Amino acid sequence: MSTELLQQIADTNQWGAVYPELILGLLALALLVLEIVLPKFAHGLIPRIAIVGQLCLLGYLLIFDRTGCCEGEAFGGMMSFSGTGQAFRIFFLAASSFVSYLAMVSLEKKDMPRVEYFHILLVITASLMLLAQSAHFVMLFVALETATIGFYILVSYFRTNALSLEAGLKYLIMGALSSSILLFGIVLLYGAASNPALVGHSSDPLNFANLNVFLAANSADSMVLIGMLLVISGIAFKIGAFPFQIWVPDVYQGAPIPTTALLAVASKGAGFAMLLNLVVVFEPLKDWLYPLLTVLAGLTILFGNFGALTQRNIKRVIGMSGVSHAGFLLIGVIAAQSVGWANNAIIFYLFAYMLASMAVFAVLAHMPQENDAELTLDDLGDLAKRNGFLGLALAVGIGSLAGIPPLAGFIGKLLIFVAAFKAELYGLLAVGIVGVVVSIYYYFGVIKSAFFEAWSFDEDEEGEKAAPGESLQFLGRVTILIAVAGTILLGFYQSPLGDWLAGK
Amino acid sequence: MNDYSSLVQFSIAVPLVAAFLTLFVKSWGRAAVQIVSVAGFAIPVGLALCLWGLYSPEQAGGYAFVSEFDTGLSVIGVSLKLGLNGIALPLFVMATIVGLAAGLYAAQSKAENLHRYLFCLLVMQAGLIGVFSSIDVFFFYFFHELALIPTFIMIGVWGGRDRNYAAMKMTIYLTLGAMLSLIGLIAIYVKSGAESFDLIALKAALTAQPLTDSVQNYAFGLLLFGFGILVSLWPFHTWAPLGYGAAPSSAAMLHAGVLKKFGLYGLIQIAVPLLPDGVSHWENWIVWLALGNILVIGLVTMAQRDLKQMLGYSSVMHMGYAFIAVATMSVLGVGGAVLMMVAHGLTVALLFMLSTMIHHRTQTFEMDEMGGLSKKAPVLSAFFVCGMMASIGLPGPGLANFWGELSMFLAGYEYKSWLVYAMVAGIVISAIYGLRAISAVFFGPESDDFREVQKEHKTTDMTWSERVPALILLITMFFIGFFPKTVTTAINDALKSEPVYAAQEVESSSHAHNHD
Repeated sequence: MSTELLQQIADTNQWGAVYPELILGLLALALLVLEIVLPKFAHGLIPRIAIVGQLCLLGYLLIFDRTGCCEGEAFGGMMSFSGTGQAFRIFFLAASSFVSYLAMVSLEKKDMPRVEYFHILLVITASLMLLAQSAHFVMLFVALETATIGFYILVSYFRTNALSLEAGLKYLIMGALSSSILLFGIVLLYGAASNPALVGHSSDPLNFANLNVFLAANSADSMVLIGMLLVISGIAFKIGAFPFQIWVPDVYQGAPIPTTALLAVASKGAGFAMLLNLVVVFEPLKDWLYPLLTVLAGLTILFGNFGALTQRNIKRVIGMSGVSHAGFLLIGVIAAQSVGWANNAIIFYLFAYMLASMAVFAVLAHMPQENDAELTLDDLGDLAKRNGFLGLALAVGIGSLAGIPPLAGFIGKLLIFVAAFKAELYGLLAVGIVGVVVSIYYYFGVIKSAFFEAWSFDEDEEGEKAAPGESLQFLGRVTILIAVAGTILLGFYQSPLGDWLAGK
Repeated sequence: MNDYSSLVQFSIAVPLVAAFLTLFVKSWGRAAVQIVSVAGFAIPVGLALCLWGLYSPEQAGGYAFVSEFDTGLSVIGVSLKLGLNGIALPLFVMATIVGLAAGLYAAQSKAENLHRYLFCLLVMQAGLIGVFSSIDVFFFYFFHELALIPTFIMIGVWGGRDRNYAAMKMTIYLTLGAMLSLIGLIAIYVKSGAESFDLIALKAALTAQPLTDSVQNYAFGLLLFGFGILVSLWPFHTWAPLGYGAAPSSAAMLHAGVLKKFGLYGLIQIAVPLLPDGVSHWENWIVWLALGNILVIGLVTMAQRDLKQMLGYSSVMHMGYAFIAVATMSVLGVGGAVLMMVAHGLTVALLFMLSTMIHHRTQTFEMDEMGGLSKKAPVLSAFFVCGMMASIGLPGPGLANFWGELSMFLAGYEYKSWLVYAMVAGIVISAIYGLRAISAVFFGPESDDFREVQKEHKTTDMTWSERVPALILLITMFFIGFFPKTVTTAINDALKSEPVYAAQEVESSSHAHNHD
C-alpha cells in the first residue's frame, strides 16, 4: 500500500464509531486480568461479569443507539457503517449473551477452565461485528479469520472428550480449506481488478465500492467470475449451504453445546452479513451470481430437510435443520434483488431463528447427561413430565424453528415467502414448501419424544418418579423466558421490529 | 368503526385470557380451573348472541363491527382487521356454541393434567372465533393455525388408540394443505396489486381489475387443493377418520364441527369471489372429487364397524355436498352450504360427544360389541337417534341440515341435473349407515361382550352434567331448523351483495323463465 493510502486511512479513523467492538475487546482482556487479580474462590464471578458486561452494552445499543451512530465509510474505506450493520451488531451481541449463559451452565458440569472460554467468545463476537461492517476484502478476511480461529478452539474445548476433539479437527481442516478457497477468490479478484490494462482498475481494488465499479466494466472476465465463485463458496461454508454443509452434523454434534449454539446462530448470521454486503458488490455479475445462489438455495433446503429425517442425535437434527434454514435465508437474499425490504426480512428471520435456537439449546444445556455429544431423542423422553417449564421452552423453540404460527419463525418464513413470490421465484417457493412439509416430520419427532410418550390415560400405570436432573436456577429461568417470550411475542406483534422492517 | 366492535375483540380475547388463567389457578384446585375455563367458553357465547342481535349489514363492504389494529406487518399490508358479515356471523355464533358444549364436556372429563387440556382447548377456541371474525386474509389463516396446533397436541397427548401415528399423519397432511393455501393467498395478494391482505381492499382491487386467467387458474388451484386437504376433499381425506378416531372427544368436536369448516369458508368467502374465472376452470375437478366424497366415502362409511371411525368418515362424506354447492356458484347453493356447515357443525359435535358417552358405558367403539343400550340408557339413545337423524338430513331434529341439503340439491339440479341423483344416492347411503348404527348400538339383543362389561360397570343413563352440553347443541339445532330465516336472511343478503354469486342468480332465474 502506498503511503498516501495509509495517510488517508489514518485521517479517516473513527475509533468512536467502533466503540462496541472496543468495549468487547477490553472486556475480554479484563476477564484475563481478573483471573489473575481475583482470589480463587471469587473466580465464579468472572462469567457473570462477562454476561453483565455484554448485557449492559446490549442494553445501551438497544436503547440509545439502535440505528447506528455513524453512516458511511471510515478507516479509509475499510469499514462502512449502516443501519443493517448496526442490526447485525445487536444480533451478534444478543447471541453471545445467550451463549455466555449456556457456557456458564455447560462448563459448570465439567471441570474445565472457564475464563478462556468467555475471553475467546467475546473476541469472536467483536470480530463478527467488524466482519458485518467491513467494506474491504482485507478487513473482511482478517475479521473472519479472527473469528474462525476462535471457533477452532471453542469447538474442541472439551479436550478430554474424543467427539469434541474429532469435531475440532474436522472443523479445522474444513475451515482452513474454506478460508483458503475464499482467499484464493479474493486474490483472483485483486489480480483482475488491479490490472492496469483493464477499464475501471484502481490502486485499491479490494475496496467494495472500487471493486463494484471495476466489475461493472468487466462483468464477463473469466478470472473475475471464478473469483466470485470461490468467494461465494467460502461463504457457503460459513452458512452451511450445500455442497459445503458436510461438516455441519459432525461438528455440531461434537462441539460443546454453547459452541454449537454459537456456530448455529452467530456463524450463520455472519455468513449472511457477508453475503448481503457482497451481493451488492457482485451486482454486475448477477447473470451468474443469482442462478448460482438459486441452485444453492434449492439444494440446501432439500438436503437439510431430508438429511435431518434419519437423525436421532438432537444436535445433529438441529444442525441439519440449520442447514435448511440457511436455504430459506438464501431465498431471501435472492429475492432482495427486486424486493427492497427482503434484506430486513432476512434479519427478522435471523432474530427469530436466534431466539428459537437459544431456547432449544438452553433446554439441552440443562439436560442431566454428562456427555452432551450423545444426547439423543430418547433422552428427551418424559421431559415434559420431569420439568414442564423446559418442556414448554422446547416446544416453543422447535415450533418456531418449524415455522408454526403464531411463533416468530412463522412470520420469518412468511416474509421470505411473500418476498420470494414478489420476486417471482416460483421454483424455489415450491422447494420451500416441500422443505417445510418434510421438516414437520423430524420436528414432530422431537416434540413427540418430549411430550407424547409422557402423559397417557392409563390410570393404573403409575408414572415413575421423575429422574433427578434438570434443576433451574433463577438466571436460567429468566434466560429461557426471554427466548420463549420473545419468540411468542414476535409471532403476534411485530411492531418493535415492524417500523424498522418497513425501512423507517 | 362502531361501538360494538369491541365485543368481537373480547370474544377472541376472553378464551385466550382464560387459557392462561387456567394455568395460574391450577394451584387453587380443580374447581377453580373448571370455573375459569367454562367462563372462558360461556362468555363468548353471550357476546356472540349479542352481536347476532345487533347485526345489521349496512356497514362498509357488507361488514359490521369492523375494527383494525396495526401489529407491525404493514410492510406486507397485514393488519389485524376484525368484523363480521352475513356469511361469517352464523358460523361465528355456531363456533361459540359448539365451543361451549365441548368446553363443558371437557371440564368434567377425567383427563390427566386437566388444566393443560383446557388450556389447549381454550386456545383452540380463541383461534376458531378469530377465523370467522377476520377480514384480513392473513389473520384468517393465522387464527386457523392457532386453532390447529392445539389440536395436534391434544391428539398426541390425550388421544386414544394410535394417537402418535394419527397426530403425525394429521400434522403432515394439514401442514401441506395450509402451506398450499398460504401460497395461494400470497399469490392473490401479490398479483392483485392491492398491497394489502384486507379482504375488502382485495375485493375492490380485483373488481376494478380482475386477475388474468392464468393467474386465477393457478391461484384457485392452490386454494382448492390447499383448502381441500383441510376439508378432507377426496382423495386427501385419509387423515380425518384416523385423526377423529384418536382425538379426545372435545378436540374432535371442535375440529370436525368447526375448524374443518375453515376451508369451505375460505372458498366461499375468499377464493370464489376473488377468483371467479378460476372456479370455472376447476369446476369439473371440484364436482368429480366431491362425488368421490359422497359416493366412495359413503360406501366406505357403510363398511365401518367402529362408531367413531364411522362418524369421522360420515363427516368427510358430508363435505362433498358443500363442494358441489361451491361449484354451482349460486346464491341458493352456497347459501345452502353455509346453512349446512352451521347445522353439520352442531350435529357432528353432538355425535362425537355422544359416542364418547357410549364408550364410557360399553368400554368399546366396536358396534358389534354393543347392542340393547336403549333399555339401560333411554335418554342417551333418544339424543343419539336425534343426532343421527339430523346427520342424515331427515326433517325433524335435522331440519336445519334438511334445509341446507335441500337448497344444495336444488342448486345442483339447476347446475347439472344429473348431479342430483348422485347427491340423493348419498342421502340413501347415509340413511343406511345411520340407521344401522342406531340399531347396532341401541336396539336388538345385548352382545356377549356388552354383558361382560356390565358385570363390572353398572350402566347408567346420561347424567345431568352430560345432558347439559348435549342439550345446548340439540336446542340450537332445533331452533335453526324451525326458524331458518334467522340465519338465512343474513346469509342471503351477504351472498347477493357478492357480484359472483348474484350474477349466477340472475342468469339462472332468466334461465328458469325461458323454460316457462
